[in-house]
Amino acid sequence: MKIKPLQIIAHIILILGVLLMVVPIWISFASSSHDSVTILTEGMKFHIGDQLARNYNEVLNEKGGWSEEVTAAKMFINSFIMALGIATLKVVISAMSAYALVYYRFKLAVPIFWLIFITLLVPLEVRIFPSYKIVSDLGLTNSYTGLILPLVASATATFFFRQFYKTIPDELLESAKLDGANAWSFFIDFLVPLSKTMIAAMFIFMFVYGYSQYLWPLIMTTAEEYWTVVMGMKIIYTESYEGVALPRTAERFAYIILSMIPPVLVVVFLQKWFIKGLIQTEK
Amino acid sequence: MSFLDLKNVTKIYPNGTKAVHETSLSVDEGEFMVFVGPSGCGKSTLLRMVAGLEDITEGDINLDGKLMNEVDPSERDVAMVFQNYALYPHMNVYNNLAYGLKNRGIDKETIEQKVNDAAKLLQISDYLQRKPSMLSGGQRQRVAMGRAIVRNPKIFLFDEPLSNLDAKLRIQMRLEIKKLQQKVGVTSIFVTHDQVEAMTLADRLAVINNGIIEQLGTPIEIYDNPESLFVAGFIGSPQMNFLNGNLTNKTLSAEGFEIKDINSDFEGEVTLGIRPEHLSQTENGLINLKVDLVEQLGSDNLVYGQLKDKKDFCYRCPGNQTIEKGANLSLNIENNKYYIFDKSTGKRVN
Ligand SMILES: Nc1ncnc2c1ncn2[C@@H]1O[C@H](COP(=O)(O)OP(=O)(O)OP(=O)(O)O)[C@@H](O)[C@H]1O
Ligand SMILES: [Mg+2]
Repeated sequence: MKIKPLQIIAHIILILGVLLMVVPIWISFASSSHDSVTILTEGMKFHIGDQLARNYNEVLNEKGGWSEEVTAAKMFINSFIMALGIATLKVVISAMSAYALVYYRFKLAVPIFWLIFITLLVPLEVRIFPSYKIVSDLGLTNSYTGLILPLVASATATFFFRQFYKTIPDELLESAKLDGANAWSFFIDFLVPLSKTMIAAMFIFMFVYGYSQYLWPLIMTTAEEYWTVVMGMKIIYTESYEGVALPRTAERFAYIILSMIPPVLVVVFLQKWFIKGLIQTEK
Repeated sequence: MSFLDLKNVTKIYPNGTKAVHETSLSVDEGEFMVFVGPSGCGKSTLLRMVAGLEDITEGDINLDGKLMNEVDPSERDVAMVFQNYALYPHMNVYNNLAYGLKNRGIDKETIEQKVNDAAKLLQISDYLQRKPSMLSGGQRQRVAMGRAIVRNPKIFLFDEPLSNLDAKLRIQMRLEIKKLQQKVGVTSIFVTHDQVEAMTLADRLAVINNGIIEQLGTPIEIYDNPESLFVAGFIGSPQMNFLNGNLTNKTLSAEGFEIKDINSDFEGEVTLGIRPEHLSQTENGLINLKVDLVEQLGSDNLVYGQLKDKKDFCYRCPGNQTIEKGANLSLNIENNKYYIFDKSTGKRVN
């Protein structure tokens, strides 16, 4: 096979892109396996050191916070629960509301769709005080429900599901109806399996979105047992300012590496579906 | 009351299109009814009203003694084969067939048996595990048929199911559908705009134009006795020849020839219709045809030419006759098989 110059250029660009993404992660990982003193005196490292197990064990299990009770492991669990809840509910709710918008031809379907769409203009950060007021009036501060619920509606996902459902030919619905399907079984037996690629993609995006929430959990939680990973990120930095001891740089890197694992796992796990949907086009 | 009964059924779409006008029609149990007509005449609309996929604006539809107007399609016990098959893309062939049965709460063993029986009947047993995207057009067609058959519905509805197939396969499937319907004996309505398909499949034929049934009858009745200009022109291939004429005193005078003793009291301008196959060559015949073009089909020749007044005309003769381009033929109408229509209304007058 002859390689064209254009291909070489394309590959160079792609390789550069990959390096740009991977090298910082590698440096963080390598640095997280050294002693903090080494990092502080010699700078970041490219090779693996001998403190790997110790650093990670320390990060995961050391009790911190004001109450000296919360561990990083607990924060990971919190973040995971929050992201999982947000992603799952977002996907379920948007798929169902898109279903209603597309298949139930009620008069207000179009205005309602635009109303949902407009909420894109008011992200959580803009409405954070009213949202906080509602959640606290409901007594949901310091709870998983409070962390998750205000974030479960998604205009973006509703929009994507709506566009997808619109491409499904009417005959499929008609033929399912004649086969005795009702509204619910059409959704479960047809729309869900047909949009599984879409569901996987949405789930990934929404998981990462939920996982990286910072402001909302910060405002929402006063109890340390509900702290999330991203909040922890801030804490491990502030710690070093206050600390009289040396900053624990190596542990910080370990924490950063650990914080990347859950979203990566979700992507790795779901990309199988994702890619399957891309290559196996079903008419 | 017959098995399927349409009484003064009218359909007006929300945008004001009147697709079906006060149509009444009865279909007997086990009958194969075909709706034929040009594109946009309302065939699909009529069929979809029977299926329950379109609301009925006015009139009644009764199926098996029950008023269907307000019955949900899922409750009507009808099966439909769509033009593009509408197979379930994410289910394999087995599940495509089984889905309707599952929804009825039939137990697994019975479903399996029914699906296997239907698959055997349609020769798709080998593909049961495949997804529809892995099948050829003809196989998909069979799966669509199988999905209809397996439920043993009260009525089969076909909306131009053969139009996506190539010519050869279409003829083969046409034959199979007919055989299958005779074997299974289910009442069927078949929509097509192909008059050959209509003629070959139908027990009875409804020729539809502009939302009304122009004529209803067996294919031969309609071929032999078209009641209107539209039906005469639509049924028969090649198309019937139409000539302008004038009818006075039981004598028809067309350009270049006259026919006497016509069995009609109509007076005025008429259209004379003659089928290409109802002509034969004689000496001193009525019609003189100057040949432009001969299409040799093997069994037949289609001879195209012009009459004296430059009017296009077609004559069909047996394939063993050799006719040269440019020849002058003298033709007679066999057995007085000609049709006379009132020019203004299009109604048959002889
Ligand atoms: N959903 C609709 N809304 C408005 N008008 C419609 C709708 N569906 C069909 N029509 C109109 O109703 C008339 C009949 O349509 P129909 O689909 O029944 O025709 P058809 O005989 O099946 O034609 P074809 O052979 O092309 O399928 C047409 O004029 C069409 O434009
Ligand atoms: Mg149609």
